[in-house]
Amino acid sequence: MNTTGMQSIRKALWDENPGLVQLLGLCPLLAVTSTFVNGLGLGIATIVVMTFSNMLVSSTRMWLRAEIRIPTYVLIIASLVTCMELLFEAFFPALDRSLGIFIPLIVTNCAILARAESFASKNRVVPSIIDGIGMGLGFGLLLCAIGAFREFVGHGTVLSRLDLLFGGGPVGGLAILDSPFLLAILPPGAFFSLALAVAGKNVVDRRRKRAAGFRLSI
Amino acid sequence: MTGGAKPVWSAGLILAAIAAVCTALVALTFSVTKERIVANEQAWLEQSLKPALAGIVYDNNLIESVLSIPLPHELPGNEPVLVYRALLENKPVAALFVVTAVDGFSGPIRLLVGIDFDGIGTATRVLRHHETPGLGDFIDSAKSDWIDQFEDKSLSNPDRLLWALGRDGGEFDQVTGASITSRAVVKAIKQTLLYFEANRESIFADK
Repeated sequence: MNTTGMQSIRKALWDENPGLVQLLGLCPLLAVTSTFVNGLGLGIATIVVMTFSNMLVSSTRMWLRAEIRIPTYVLIIASLVTCMELLFEAFFPALDRSLGIFIPLIVTNCAILARAESFASKNRVVPSIIDGIGMGLGFGLLLCAIGAFREFVGHGTVLSRLDLLFGGGPVGGLAILDSPFLLAILPPGAFFSLALAVAGKNVVDRRRKRAAGFRLSI
Repeated sequence: MTGGAKPVWSAGLILAAIAAVCTALVALTFSVTKERIVANEQAWLEQSLKPALAGIVYDNNLIESVLSIPLPHELPGNEPVLVYRALLENKPVAALFVVTAVDGFSGPIRLLVGIDFDGIGTATRVLRHHETPGLGDFIDSAKSDWIDQFEDKSLSNPDRLLWALGRDGGEFDQVTGASITSRAVVKAIKQTLLYFEANRESIFADK
């Protein structure tokens, strides 16, 4: 991958992370991240849909007209999600039973619409695909992080029920906390966790800036 | 992107063309995958039959014992219902109903309801649902043991008037924030039990 590819991935993962910075796709983000495995499931489904929707929007961008672009994106994303759901059901029935319920949630994810509008409709196909993978990954990693955090604080476990995605017998996960803090897995916990994640990112960014400033002054 | 001066109807035509292409794509995918999806669902159903009869002794081939109850019927759902019948030495011991709760929060919930010959529930399993992950998916036995509370329950335990969620004055636990889902499942199981009570003889008539 060339440097611009790396840069756009870096941007998607940190500087312009769709969940942390753009605060997009909050509905699935807040609703689903009660455990790590749920976050991972939605994350994987989002990466796939975002990559393909960026590819399709980018490859049809010369026929798009400004006044109908939003309905066109919605049509493309909705058909894509429906087709994906059917293909999953037909060819990966086991995966469909675990991931299938996440797929309809993706239609409501405005992060995908935002990438179609602000990136794929203005760029060529390959950069759009890279952007889709990067943004999907950025969103997915945030889902996993918040899911893991809420699961640890709220249930006191780490990585429980991975069998839902990867098959095999039930996995209890590591039980670490004896008296979990239930609030974390309830809806308010989702808001608190996201707020902590955003605050954490801002702290890191500020420290970095300050460190860079020192270096300049020396 | 071109803009501005072009007439509105041409934008409408382009949009209609895109809609037609998208619809064609979905229709094509549907027709290609249809048979495989039905086959997968049937395989999953047959795989779920045995665990739903845990604790019941039977000696017949469940898959061959299937009976289809055509519409109209008093069971949950708007389609013909499949019943798998378990026998021991040619005497009926239990029945498994494949019913659909149509009043779930997001789409139908397909249930496998097991009832022994005395009208006592053996086990209920969710075959397919579209409830929200992390909120309504507790009905899946892989996610929580909520559905197990119906095991060993019948229309006299608790009394049929108490076959409802706690918040509706009944005996069963609901999950906070997902009472529509819980209510749909309780209602479907109760309706299946009532049907079994009224039609037990005819279900096993040819056995």
